[in-house]
Amino acid sequence: MAKPMNMRDKYNRMTRDLGWEPSYQPKSKIYPQIEFEGIKIENWEQWEDPFRLTMDAYWKYQAEKERKLYAVIDSFAQNNGQLNITDARYVNALKLFLTGISPAEYSAHRGFSMVGRAFPGVGAQVACQMQAVDELRHVQTQVHTISHYNKYFNGFQDFRHMHDRVWYLSVPKSFFEDAQTAGPFEFITAISFSFEYVLTNLLFMPFMSGAAFNGDMATVTFGFSAQSDEARHMTLGLEVIKFMLQQHPDNVPIVQRWIDKWFWRGYRLLSLVAMMMDYMLPKRVMSWKEAWEMYFEQNGGALFEDLARYGIRMPKYWEVSVQEKDHLSHQTWATFYNYGHAAAFHTWMPDAEEMAWLAAKYPDSFDRWYRPRYEHWIAQEKAGHRFYNPSLPMLCQTCQIPMLYTDMDDPTQVVYRSTEYQGEKYHFCSDGCKDIFEHEPEKYVQAWLPVNQIYQGHCGGATVPEVLNWYHLRDGQDNRDYLYSEDRQNWLRWKEASSQLETT
Amino acid sequence: MANNMVYLALQNNEDARPIIEAIAEDNPHATINHYPAMVKIDAPGRLTVKRASVEEKLGRDWDPQEIQINLISISGNVVESEEEFAVERLS
Repeated sequence: MAKPMNMRDKYNRMTRDLGWEPSYQPKSKIYPQIEFEGIKIENWEQWEDPFRLTMDAYWKYQAEKERKLYAVIDSFAQNNGQLNITDARYVNALKLFLTGISPAEYSAHRGFSMVGRAFPGVGAQVACQMQAVDELRHVQTQVHTISHYNKYFNGFQDFRHMHDRVWYLSVPKSFFEDAQTAGPFEFITAISFSFEYVLTNLLFMPFMSGAAFNGDMATVTFGFSAQSDEARHMTLGLEVIKFMLQQHPDNVPIVQRWIDKWFWRGYRLLSLVAMMMDYMLPKRVMSWKEAWEMYFEQNGGALFEDLARYGIRMPKYWEVSVQEKDHLSHQTWATFYNYGHAAAFHTWMPDAEEMAWLAAKYPDSFDRWYRPRYEHWIAQEKAGHRFYNPSLPMLCQTCQIPMLYTDMDDPTQVVYRSTEYQGEKYHFCSDGCKDIFEHEPEKYVQAWLPVNQIYQGHCGGATVPEVLNWYHLRDGQDNRDYLYSEDRQNWLRWKEASSQLETT
Repeated sequence: MANNMVYLALQNNEDARPIIEAIAEDNPHATINHYPAMVKIDAPGRLTVKRASVEEKLGRDWDPQEIQINLISISGNVVESEEEFAVERLS
């Protein structure tokens, strides 16, 4: 009997040996996208896969993950798990997740299918194919899990339609479309390295741990099931970066510029996560500020110390992200509270206990800049004048977020940056977003900005009810204050009914 | 001071518990942090998960690749062999 192959031999047989030298077409015709970005690869054989995962092992482990996940989802549904969450306000975080993040998983699936086809190296092809299947699994498991909530709560019913239309959902949508319309090397730097390796821990670790803390065992299970693939994705991201940097010195400045760009794009996208952590979880695990310190400043710092040997430095404007950690979640939530009539989830003001938590976590900013504003809005609401902002905000041309971020030296002043291109003026929320535009203006002038599209008459009409109708957002059910929502009324009714059952 | 921290984060469940115990014994320089549903293990330089140690705890054969089922996240460069799964810093 032949001796069993060791891991490395087995891996090589199952991946590299799948490749072949083409005989009747030149490689440049088979892989036409591989040169235009300027990345020089001398030898694809030098690609090292840190996870030597063969396809048979891949299916075995993924099947095991699926079995565990669907057992939890079944038991969650059978036992009315939705009644065990801390408070129905929590469900609004899931609405934002399903409308904003799950379709992005699908975009990632498409992106990895495309780059897996674009790369000539077999190791890279196999890793990208596995990731493409993973991302498809993520969107499916998220839709399956959250479909249970759709039976009981508003706002979930048309998530795919909303993703392509609703103003704040253009932020994650345009982020992934920006990556997918780049070349293959930029895509993989954007998604595998900058997003997966540097930033997604912020989404999945504290937020999913938060889901567990708030009694949502279904969400924590799909979250950690997805995240278990993420360890492999992150490793791919780091490998891609090291591979490009080792192949040719000319690659270093190109890769550095992509890291700068996609760090800033991803950081801006995480504003939504900052707000979910600090405001949308009734029981909180850690603040956005603490998470940023743990996952970016400490672990990101160690990562970039490693990469210094290749000539890579920390991403440009990382210092701004550190300055903004005292303000990011508050400014974002305040903006959604202003536009709660046009959001597909409910908004609210934190209660006294939650404000005390925010003040303790943000001693340098909350009581001074944000509590007075909230107390004013609460008083207005009590007097029957709940403030909904009737105007449409100016959007940043790059990240598509309303111009809401302030100057860190004076948090009363909104940052406005602008530039001219071919006789038109374009506006930005930050120097980071302005730099990105100025490097590729011909790309970003084409941005589908929701506010501009409404004014141009492309979104169902000129009034808010017409636009909401076009979004498939049901006014009075899906939007506005949690306090007066059907969700809350139903929740109180169910909780009362179940507590009566327990006492009999 | 140079920052050379690495981490492994695992689900806090029955499958992962022997792995976490093995890591704690084989990596005395590590700090074990408990969060809701998650255990995050931090260490300077390197963290090693040894096949033999996990097999000893489990009382059955264990392939280091099985760690992927309960692994939540990592920081560091992955080094994988038949005998161990490790994350480490280059410097």
